Amino acid sequence: MSWLQSNLARRIIPCLDVRAGQVVKGVRFRDHQVVGEIETLAMRYRDQGADELVFYDITASPEQRSVDIGWIERVSQVIDIPFCVAGGIRDVAIADAVLNAGADKISLNSPALENPDLINQLASRFGNQCIVIGIDSIAEDADYQVRQYTGDPDKMRTARRTTLDWIQEVQQRGAGEIVLNCMDADGVRDGYDIEQLQQMRSICQVPLIASGGAGNRNHFAAVFQQADVDGALAASVFHHGELTIPNLKNWLTDQQIMVRNV
Amino acid sequence: MTQVVLIDSGGYNIGSVKAALRRLDVDAELTTAHHRIVAASHVILPGVGAAGPAMNKLKSHGLDRLIPNLQQPVLGICLGMQLMYAHSAEGDTECLGIFDGEIKQLQPKSAERVPHMGWNQLQWQQPHTLQQSLMEPAWMYFVHSFAAPVNGDTVACVKHGETFTALAQRANFLAAQFHPERSAKAGQALFEFFLKNN
Repeated sequence: MSWLQSNLARRIIPCLDVRAGQVVKGVRFRDHQVVGEIETLAMRYRDQGADELVFYDITASPEQRSVDIGWIERVSQVIDIPFCVAGGIRDVAIADAVLNAGADKISLNSPALENPDLINQLASRFGNQCIVIGIDSIAEDADYQVRQYTGDPDKMRTARRTTLDWIQEVQQRGAGEIVLNCMDADGVRDGYDIEQLQQMRSICQVPLIASGGAGNRNHFAAVFQQADVDGALAASVFHHGELTIPNLKNWLTDQQIMVRNV
Repeated sequence: MTQVVLIDSGGYNIGSVKAALRRLDVDAELTTAHHRIVAASHVILPGVGAAGPAMNKLKSHGLDRLIPNLQQPVLGICLGMQLMYAHSAEGDTECLGIFDGEIKQLQPKSAERVPHMGWNQLQWQQPHTLQQSLMEPAWMYFVHSFAAPVNGDTVACVKHGETFTALAQRANFLAAQFHPERSAKAGQALFEFFLKNN
């Protein structure tokens, strides 16, 4: 990492999966449990020094409905760090509403796979800095493949694209950031998928955020040092309170990893 | 009395700037009306988007002539800052000319990512009263692909590949490349500093 001529901090990003207006977490995308209220958790993570928050409406895409704007406005009023809204953003009008409600970024997953040109439309309208592409990736047939509609096990299906190809395509279309969720690692808290992230980093010129697998502080250090990602996203390890963000950041600082201490 | 207006340049971070001001008990009106802007105690030029469309919107309301002549404290944020320079390479756009220099696209020196997205630390180029109310290092939140050169107006810069201006000041004009409304306590300190001036 030291070759980067930048004082940009590596970002710690709690992800709040939202279902029916509450924050939930499941293992391998199944059996979701309620972990708390959206605004309560948003405030708590802001106070702890989270660098950014991602709210992922996991019910939105499979059920073909869009995100509720009300909670986005409420979150925007109470927190003073950036946040991204994912799930159900399937056209320019919804993107416009979500950004106007106060979201700093919007993240697209399944709708971008259904209609890749939507990425171009959104990037030219709003600027690529607020267009995030979320990718659910799984190891299959000696390759990494993209999965679609992962919010609902009954609707989940293969997107018939390799992760490598899709990452290259979304950058060409105007993605400003990529969140790579490595499904084999997700929810099992055995560490980020370093090998896959390294491979994708080598072809990713925009910020790359690692997702899936964080279980302890070593996993964060490893993903920054070995995969050179810009941010690390995690949910359960923070929601359950085993790892607090101040402790994590102090420890990462000791490991010579540049983070924002508050 | 503090009467803050936000100039409507068609950007998308208006809501979060308004919310940040409301947390300081300031209600800010979004406007393009000259008499409202001239009468305000403080003027903010926010903006997320591209330089060309934003300048076109300002010009269509005659604000390209009004803004450089304002006498009260004026704060430009992100694209709003960039519009205060002479020219932007983004869409080859002539801008307001309050600050000298050209806004250019960020060029990676090695593997730095563009857009420059996330928290970076201010490096002070000249003593400034704002420094006293900020922790060291002062971390601010950035999201942008174009940036201003370092010159005599630069108060603080940041490094991401090249080094560019993060905070500039000339007379009553203050300009931040970062988003104070999304920079937690450090960003709040910037708003407080701005609002204290009159």
